[in-house]
Amino acid sequence: MPTATVTTAPAKPGTGTMDDFLLRALAAGVGAALVAGPFGSFVVWRRMAYFGDTLAHASLLGVALGFALHLNLAVGVLVVCAGVALLLLALQRRKRLPGDALLGILSHGALSLGLVTVAFLETLRVDLISYLFGDVLAVTRADLFLIYGGGLAALAALIALWKPLLAMTVHEELARVEGVRVDLVQAAFVLLLAVVVAVMMKVVGMLLITALLIIPAAAARRFARSPEAMALTAALLGCAAVGGGLWASLRWDTPAGPSIVVAATALFALSEAVPVRRPG
Amino acid sequence: MPEKSRNATLASPGTSRPCDWQRGRPLLDLRGVSVTLGATRVLDTVDLAVAAGEIVTLIGPNGAGKTTLLRVALGLLRPDRGELHLDPRLRVGYMPQRLAVDPALPLTVRRFLSMAATGTGDRVEKVLARVGAPRTLHTPIQLISGGELQRVLLARALLRDPELLVLDEPSQGVDLAGQEELFALITGIRDERGCGVLMVSHDLHLVMSSTDRVVCLNRTVCCTGAPLAVSSDPAYLRLFPSSLPGIALYAHRHGHDGACETGDRHDG
Repeated sequence: MPTATVTTAPAKPGTGTMDDFLLRALAAGVGAALVAGPFGSFVVWRRMAYFGDTLAHASLLGVALGFALHLNLAVGVLVVCAGVALLLLALQRRKRLPGDALLGILSHGALSLGLVTVAFLETLRVDLISYLFGDVLAVTRADLFLIYGGGLAALAALIALWKPLLAMTVHEELARVEGVRVDLVQAAFVLLLAVVVAVMMKVVGMLLITALLIIPAAAARRFARSPEAMALTAALLGCAAVGGGLWASLRWDTPAGPSIVVAATALFALSEAVPVRRPG
Repeated sequence: MPEKSRNATLASPGTSRPCDWQRGRPLLDLRGVSVTLGATRVLDTVDLAVAAGEIVTLIGPNGAGKTTLLRVALGLLRPDRGELHLDPRLRVGYMPQRLAVDPALPLTVRRFLSMAATGTGDRVEKVLARVGAPRTLHTPIQLISGGELQRVLLARALLRDPELLVLDEPSQGVDLAGQEELFALITGIRDERGCGVLMVSHDLHLVMSSTDRVVCLNRTVCCTGAPLAVSSDPAYLRLFPSSLPGIALYAHRHGHDGACETGDRHDG
């Protein structure tokens, strides 16, 4: 699988027409948003925004390692994020440090380690910005395969975990008494989050992954009466943000990833302004 | 007062459905359970047994280890020492002390109850009506009152069709009149179903009429028996000096010189 992440220029002559790269960007963004909606809802419900951020920050190290070892970069990201996720779970269980302090240590430790590693890699350094903020206009067919393959697998697994995960989100011990294997489900969920980070990295970049996870979910909250409705609405709002962001990016020549997040934030602000008849 | 509940226990095989439960079948038997959390010995060689059709109330001051013992009984916490006789197939209905659902999670009472799995929406409505909170069905769970929440939590436990009900401070956040109603409800449910009930309370007088046996706990079992007997037991009175009418005004909640170990936080 070609890694092809070193190219920054969208639509090099000969690789496709203007429309091709736009369609690929749109497809990639929509794919990421569809995955981000349900996962982001759980991230919000379980108060794991900082956890997601930590995984995203760790992905730079994955990129650097993948590059150094000539692996597919997504594989590098996946391995590093999964490792960090499991390490976090293990450390949180020991309860020697408060959860947020622990997340801060791992988040910034991993990000810095990634930046230091990148400094050793000449070619990658040039391209740092595209990893930090995404490079959706340069997605290749291989990237699309990854986004949709990984995304569908992650979504299928999330659906399989849905009931027990929701039960333990509502009350962990009650779920445990009712037979949910809480530790197992929790570990599976954070590993899936690592997949989601790898899937979304190309679209919005590691610094903005959490944004695309939580902003559409937060915007969906006021319109949803059930967990499933919220997850679905979040996915749709995410797609709208991708569309709006890409359009703005073309119109005003702004960076695509941040434009998508700005569009999502605007949707969130709008959702707060829209009157909803009854609370809850 | 205690005679009333005792009669109910003994009489229920005749009055409820034809014996689909064996009266007195042991459901839970813990022997010599000790738990150390951090450097603190929270429970020290505690025995606890609950039989079908029996209501057992754990009572003790704050920090006495009541919730810890409940967690052991539920299989959520492994004790350092002790024998546990728990049938893994036993259907347990658990009512936690509190429920704090994040406001970002849209969840109606109906959905919350249906998470107990088994059965149809029809059953959810029936059980919710039985606990006296039928009108909360479509309300977001974050918006119902404290008293309603306790009833909804009880309904969730009942939907498991439990052989053993484990209730952690069921009257928390309920006003005084509501508390009496709630305990009457629990007694009624025991009579109908013949399930065993293990509950925690911090006030003996509240549960007097709705319990068969009281286990007074303060790291160890101080005394145990019928509610009336416990309420006049010297060990109980040392633990709850305010129960003695004469010294109610200036008594501490914690007895510092009791027969039971009370200074557990400091000498552990």
